[in-house]
Amino acid sequence: MLVPPRIPAPASPVYVCDAAEPRRVQRALADLETGFRRWRLAATLARLDIRNRYRGSVLGPFWLTVSTAVMVLGLGLLYSSLFKLPISDYLPYLAVSLLVWNTLSQIVNDACSSLIASEGIIRQMPLPYTVHVLRCVFRNGVIAGHSLPLILVVFLICGVLPGLEALLALPGLALLAVNAFAAALFLGMVCARFRDVAQIVASVMQLAFFMTPVLWKPELLGEARVWLPLNPFYVLMETVRGPLVAGGAPPLIWSAALLYTMLTCALALAFFIRFRGRIAFWV
Amino acid sequence: MPHIRADRITIEFPLYHVGARSLKKRLLAKSPLRLRQDEANRIVVSALRELSFDIGPGERVALIGHNGAGKTTLLRTLAGVYEPVGGRLEVMGSIGTLIDPSAGMDPDSTGRENIVLRGLFRGMAEDECLSMAEEVGRFSGLGEFLDVPIRTYSAGMSVRLSFAVATLMSPEILLMDEWFLAGDEDFQARARERLARLVADADILVIATHDLGVVRHWCTRVIRLSSGRIEADGPVTEVLDG
Repeated sequence: MLVPPRIPAPASPVYVCDAAEPRRVQRALADLETGFRRWRLAATLARLDIRNRYRGSVLGPFWLTVSTAVMVLGLGLLYSSLFKLPISDYLPYLAVSLLVWNTLSQIVNDACSSLIASEGIIRQMPLPYTVHVLRCVFRNGVIAGHSLPLILVVFLICGVLPGLEALLALPGLALLAVNAFAAALFLGMVCARFRDVAQIVASVMQLAFFMTPVLWKPELLGEARVWLPLNPFYVLMETVRGPLVAGGAPPLIWSAALLYTMLTCALALAFFIRFRGRIAFWV
Repeated sequence: MPHIRADRITIEFPLYHVGARSLKKRLLAKSPLRLRQDEANRIVVSALRELSFDIGPGERVALIGHNGAGKTTLLRTLAGVYEPVGGRLEVMGSIGTLIDPSAGMDPDSTGRENIVLRGLFRGMAEDECLSMAEEVGRFSGLGEFLDVPIRTYSAGMSVRLSFAVATLMSPEILLMDEWFLAGDEDFQARARERLARLVADADILVIATHDLGVVRHWCTRVIRLSSGRIEADGPVTEVLDG
């Protein structure tokens, strides 16, 4: 009996790994590309993360909204009298500041565990590392999204609605997202290798909260405010906050934000290209 | 044609979080074999040392050796999890792995959600995943438990689910660890049957096992590993009896 020959699939994937010829750049770029193409997987994992974190909780991620609301109210009353600012003026500023800052600092702190948290998967299946990083970014994006309506509520209560220039906050948010990805990639790797870094990052973020104009307005610095654009947190925050409460951000802020974004991306990419092959041993 | 070509591949695990110097000294003094210090003064475990072998289509290879000989590390390297620090590895063909049954399982999700998740991990589309869930549900015999979080499953039920999900594929190269020998007896029979089919359909099988019965029944070639090196490599009877 004649057995029909099995036709080998023409597109049999080939996996070549040569230590003498590592082709690190191609491998890193391929990782990024396939990782982004599989964003659905990252989104599903992020959704599960949030669901599991708030399992059994009545308000779920809205607890964060509630606690931010309480904080905005309390700090708003206190600091508007300390700084002698009218509360209807100060409260919208504070609401946007706190929300953006919370998002930023949560992303940075969570970035430290972007790869360590996926240890189980990393060691069992060859998946682009980009997927784990995207998962971290999506997770924080969705959590931040729960608090955004709070800004609108505060604006309505204080009776100050920004004009169309508020739409400029969208490119600001996009810059924030790009930086979040770069931070999650870079810090995820560094923290997998050096476990102390996460603690250092946490204390730096605590200090940065007071050094950055979150509670206070930059005007209070007087002459010294020319140095503020050196603070990347301030610059990134201002690209979102400026359009919402001050009718836009000056070009200096935008160019500084772009510059910092390019720097973080370059740093993350360089690190990823050089050390991608080691991640599985680090986690 | 599917094949695996390994040319002097080496894997070293750096022991990063062992820090203490006294431990370092003691380790180095006592074990000349696999722990050593590399150029950067780190302690590394040589998990695999300059392994060279070719596996062609149709071969059924058993990896045997003591615990810690490097069997699972070799499987993971072939799967692409670890990149060798030395040597060249070429794997051609779609790879299916049965290494860790619970990899990528989310304990708080239901059985069905986990099946879909596993499908997504493999890069399948959503609707493909859903039809896979049906098939897996039927095979695992979990019935109504399919819609209960797997955190509540008994050990046996977890194994059934993992097995059913993991084996629903038809790869050209099948990499397998020996965990699949668990499960209750009724399931065992069906499991064997499905595994046999999976193995028969794959062009290449690489299995890490301690069970010589499995080796003799399924395999055509044995690679015996010892402390990360190949100790013997050849046809089953030659290596086991010779």
